[in-house]
Amino acid sequence: MERSRNDVWVGLFVLLGAAALLFLALQSANLLSLSFEKTYQVTARFDNAGGLKPQAAVKSAGVVVGRVESIRFNDQTFQADVVLALESRYGFPKDSSLKILTSGLLGEQYIGIEAGGEPDNWAQGAVITQTQSALVLENLIGQFLFNKASEDKAPASQ
Amino acid sequence: MTDWLARVGGGVRRWTADVGWSARLFLRLLGLLLPTLRRGRLLADQVHFLGNYSLAIIAVSGLFVGFVLSLQGYYILQRYGSAEALGLMVALSLLRELGPVVAALLFAGRAGTALTAEIGLMKAGEQLSAMEMMAVDPVRRVLAPRFWAGVIAMPLLAAVFSAVGILGGWVVGVLMIGVDSGAFWGQMQSGVDVWSDLGNGVLKSVVFGFTVSFVALLQGYVAQPTPEGVSRATTRTVVMASLAVLGLDFVLTALMFTI
Repeated sequence: MERSRNDVWVGLFVLLGAAALLFLALQSANLLSLSFEKTYQVTARFDNAGGLKPQAAVKSAGVVVGRVESIRFNDQTFQADVVLALESRYGFPKDSSLKILTSGLLGEQYIGIEAGGEPDNWAQGAVITQTQSALVLENLIGQFLFNKASEDKAPASQ
Repeated sequence: MTDWLARVGGGVRRWTADVGWSARLFLRLLGLLLPTLRRGRLLADQVHFLGNYSLAIIAVSGLFVGFVLSLQGYYILQRYGSAEALGLMVALSLLRELGPVVAALLFAGRAGTALTAEIGLMKAGEQLSAMEMMAVDPVRRVLAPRFWAGVIAMPLLAAVFSAVGILGGWVVGVLMIGVDSGAFWGQMQSGVDVWSDLGNGVLKSVVFGFTVSFVALLQGYVAQPTPEGVSRATTRTVVMASLAVLGLDFVLTALMFTI
């Protein structure tokens, strides 16, 4: 096939488009953070998963150490089974506990790991029951109102 | 009464025939992908004509859309004390909606009209009939390279639009207003998902590429072979392609982001 001067410009155009896509993928969507690192799965049982979503961060000491893989309802325990993919290079003692936390006042929810002190680490497929559920605002307000009501009633009964 | 019935019936029959004919032309163009790719020379010329020449208007529009998004977004976000989310807002609006849609509208105006006018004039000058006389299939030789060039150029143009727009948003947000640069990119990177945001945006722009190119070629191909007919066809290209893009955008958004 003969070459024409158009070819150069077409090539440039296609390259520019590809560069723009690459820029979007790397700089704005941060493709590199999709770590291709080896992970191991552990399942955490929460009484209430709140607004936790798949792909939410799992952090320990504020550093991302894994992602939430899936959230399912377990009809045996009536709890939420949250499968976490943790990076293989990080090990956590067996008695570590999990909490569902919120970044900022209205931010998205993530899971925080507080390391324990046992010598053995979680292995692939471990089930964690030492968890603290998400804060549900309605429950909190309900408790507050209930306490308030009992406080008001207390002096009257004396 | 019979007269009126016959008119309704004739209208429906003609409309059905038109739709069927267009659908068959569309399927033919889809089927001509491999023959078109084999004739790279024709395809490259059309990508040059549709893509390179649209680049300037796409890039400049993207830059200014990014400027304005950043400026408007800042005034709204700072009211809620979350000006740091500016980068996320600019990136999501561009990647999900504005990039594909505005680029497609500009593409329809810049390249779609040129396609329609070109094909319409070829038809008016009986060039297409002359080709048929020489046993050259005009759909294969003229329409298919233009169609696939449009399909190739559209996603690239939309990507350029979004990328330039984000840079424009960065210029206004970070350099002029003074939002923290780390927060601008950091919030963007934590909030934008490669597949569900960027991937769906690219998918949208591919669909719009098919839509705009096909509408433009169809209008040129069925235009009345007169100066007036070509001018009408060109207008119809812009109107129909824009409406189709906006309507499809709603449907695609509803399918992609609500599940």
